[in-house]
Amino acid sequence: MTVDTATAVLGAVDEKLEPGNGMVKSVIGSTLTLLALVVLWEVLVRHFQIPGWLLPSPSAIIAAMIEWRGELVQHTLVTLYETLVGFALAIAVSIPLAVAVVYSPLLQNTIYPILLTMQSTPKVAIAPLLALWIGFGAAPKIIVVFLVCFFPIVVATASGLTAVPASLIDLIRSLSASAMQTFIKIRFPTAMPHIFVGLKIAITFAVIGAVIGEFVGSENGLGYLILISTSQSRTPLAFGALVLLTVMSIVLYYAVALLERLVVPWAPRN
Amino acid sequence: MALDDVNLTIGANEFVTLVGPSGCGKSTLLKVIGALIKPSRGVLLHDGEPLTNPTRDVGIVFQEAVLLQWRTVLENVLLPAEILGLDKTKSRSRAMDLINLVGLSGFEKRYPRELSGGMQQRVSICRALIHNPSVLLMDEPFAALDALTREELGFELMRIWAVEKKTVVFVTHNITEAILLADRVVAMTPRPGRIARIVDIELSRPRTIAMEFTETFKSYSDQVREVIYRGARGSS
Repeated sequence: MTVDTATAVLGAVDEKLEPGNGMVKSVIGSTLTLLALVVLWEVLVRHFQIPGWLLPSPSAIIAAMIEWRGELVQHTLVTLYETLVGFALAIAVSIPLAVAVVYSPLLQNTIYPILLTMQSTPKVAIAPLLALWIGFGAAPKIIVVFLVCFFPIVVATASGLTAVPASLIDLIRSLSASAMQTFIKIRFPTAMPHIFVGLKIAITFAVIGAVIGEFVGSENGLGYLILISTSQSRTPLAFGALVLLTVMSIVLYYAVALLERLVVPWAPRN
Repeated sequence: MALDDVNLTIGANEFVTLVGPSGCGKSTLLKVIGALIKPSRGVLLHDGEPLTNPTRDVGIVFQEAVLLQWRTVLENVLLPAEILGLDKTKSRSRAMDLINLVGLSGFEKRYPRELSGGMQQRVSICRALIHNPSVLLMDEPFAALDALTREELGFELMRIWAVEKKTVVFVTHNITEAILLADRVVAMTPRPGRIARIVDIELSRPRTIAMEFTETFKSYSDQVREVIYRGARGSS
């Protein structure tokens, strides 16, 4: 029932934004496909009598989710908190850094190689070190989220800031505009759609980052819950946590996409 | 070397077109005139004074309208006024007059993506004129438009020029367009960019399409074509 309402509401919103009902059709189409897969899953698990600790049926997962709803909500909030704080921190650091890199050739030559090295280091490998240094609280997870989000935002912002057409730069120069005027009136707004591309990539990494942090050493969060319930053969609960992680990731992505439509309505849509 | 031994004097309120094949340095010359490029040798004089830095007395129109997608038509036109810190109320009413002049009344609140290419280019002409510069530099402004719109905008530009008296330097590779618009056509040849011939166009104004088919027009056209093709052959 709730799913139906959500689909209907989304459909209505999209119809207003996009002429034609292609979007509505695609939403209905993907929902039906997903439902069909879930039904198939249920049927196969029952038919082959696969044990619940190995692969639980969708109905068993839903039952576990209802039974453990209190814990699930609590762990979801922990993971959500780590994700959002890490993401916000990444935005707060990346965008100014990208601006500095674009405006200073010296920084470009010194910081970019460091950034690339950081990006090339597997975050999964850094996470245990962070736990060693900072402990088991939220901080190391937030740092992992920050690290995975950081790079795509810096790269997207830097490329956006340099995407101003050469002729527009000439026009601005002919008016003897100051560097600040050029930045505020031209460069930054030009970069905005690019920044949102980076943010959309980063937010999908962010949830993964939080889970990696929780896997390494934690006492709460959905990643921790998956680890614990798997080790205790409570597989339906692990799947329940997985479902919530997926939903969280999708919702966060669409939240950023919605923000993009509000902030940069001129951005090309895909 | 993009340009060599170029000597050109442009009078106030004169309409000059620079015509020539790709690589003849016509766009470079336009940027030198706008003081956006410093010549490696030689000097640019404005009212007898050497000019080294960009002057605010210039408006520029490019091949692409390069409007700011997040600004409405009116806000786009007002951009130079904002940068120059001109009086807001006066600029606004001048912007409305200009928008009216190019036939875009009613589109002030529209966004560039809602306009056709021709309309966008009209907006960029308004933007070039908002701060009332004495010189208007146009770098193949109609080259990206379809042939009909191009012709229409050519006449439109001459109408605007009759109201807003400016010195116009107009770059094109279209000989007919160059002659139809200009008081003087500067024909250029490439490698290195040189002025091959300057042709005074003595057709009466306002210009009409019919003029294109007169003997006089054809003789102008031949004079321009002759040096351009000879130059192109000579250099290859």
